[in-house]
Amino acid sequence: MAPEKAVVLLDERVSPFGQRVRIALAEKGVEHEYQEEDLANKSPLLLKSNPVYKKIPVLIHDGKPICESLIIVQYIDEVWVRGSPLLPSNPYERANARFWADFVDKKIYDSGARMLKYTGQAHEEAKEEFIESLKLLEGELQDETYFGGENFGLVDIAFVPFTTWFYTFEVYGNFSIEKECPKLVAWGKRCMERESVSKSLQDPHVVYELLAYLLKKKYGKV
Amino acid sequence: MSKKDEVVVLDFWVSPFAMRVKIALEEKGIKFEAREEDLLGNKSELLLQSNPIYKKVPVLLHNGKPLCESLVILNYVDETWPSPPLLPTSPYERSVAKFWADFVDKKIFEGGSKIWKSKGEALEVAKKEFEECLKLLEGALGEKEYFAGNGFGFVDIVLIPHISWFYGYEQFGGFKVEEQCPKLGAWMKRCLGRESVAKVLPDPAKVQEFICKLRKMHGIE
Repeated sequence: MAPEKAVVLLDERVSPFGQRVRIALAEKGVEHEYQEEDLANKSPLLLKSNPVYKKIPVLIHDGKPICESLIIVQYIDEVWVRGSPLLPSNPYERANARFWADFVDKKIYDSGARMLKYTGQAHEEAKEEFIESLKLLEGELQDETYFGGENFGLVDIAFVPFTTWFYTFEVYGNFSIEKECPKLVAWGKRCMERESVSKSLQDPHVVYELLAYLLKKKYGKV
Repeated sequence: MSKKDEVVVLDFWVSPFAMRVKIALEEKGIKFEAREEDLLGNKSELLLQSNPIYKKVPVLLHNGKPLCESLVILNYVDETWPSPPLLPTSPYERSVAKFWADFVDKKIFEGGSKIWKSKGEALEVAKKEFEECLKLLEGALGEKEYFAGNGFGFVDIVLIPHISWFYGYEQFGGFKVEEQCPKLGAWMKRCLGRESVAKVLPDPAKVQEFICKLRKMHGIE
């Protein structure tokens, strides 16, 4: 068999979007070279590979760059067909998975970030939207093992990095995610039993320290 | 293929997102019913039930099962009725197509909205940002007839509906897309020559009237 073509991941250790890709690569057992980017001093390779957004993660496969975390995860699933597929085979279920992965980005990340950044009325509104979004996501999970049912898949990969942000959300939002969405918290713990996840994610207190630093620096938030 | 499929699109005549779905179905030769929603007035029970999370159009109902979010719907349409394919076959080319479709989704409608909502300095900033986005798209098109190498497809379908709003942006912004981005201008004409596109896209003058209405609603003179 011909040797596999080189795989390089341009990433930043604490990025939840980068973590999605790391988890997918680990699930598929893809050997790759990891390049940590200093986002204050982006490498020429990153700027060349993602000229539109200049962001990580970028997966470079045989010299060709793929950008945007959910697009990269689906690419990985299409190219490395070994192991369990990350998307269901039925088109309707695939559409459902893509819808919820997109929901994580559009609603959960968006409202969560606003809740962290803002104060006063804007903070309260974002918090309400954030909790509502978490509950909707929990409604989709119900009593399944994973969002993919028995199979760990796209939606699990899309959301699981944000479980390490739960502590930070709780401190800044002054509420308990376990109280609001116990099934999501249990699901998060189940995912952490997977090596691909536990090796890719950061400790929630490390995440908190970093986010607190960034929020203070960029938005003056304490 | 066995029994007859019932395909319904919950629609709004001026929504570029709904137009994407209709063009895709036309390209695939799939018969469908487009049900107009009164988005500025009362949303139907069916819409609220089928898309409880966003309560938006388009929604595709395939034998009663709802699908939401236009790019999700396009992927579904392509997978369910594979011929002719909208996405390229190679995983890399597919990821490139999805990247540009996502770029259009993130940048074009919102960028255009900033133009008709703004005046003065803010308008100049909005115009500049919009032009930068169009130039990036023009770069992605390059010398090709369509965005992917395999003919009219995914990215074309995602972007072409927005041109029905360009006339409005041009009127309010005082610029012309064709002059700033001639290759994109040529691509627009090429796409308008396709039956599916010509059938689905509304008259740009009517869209401009609609934008005027929106401006009034937003208190912009």
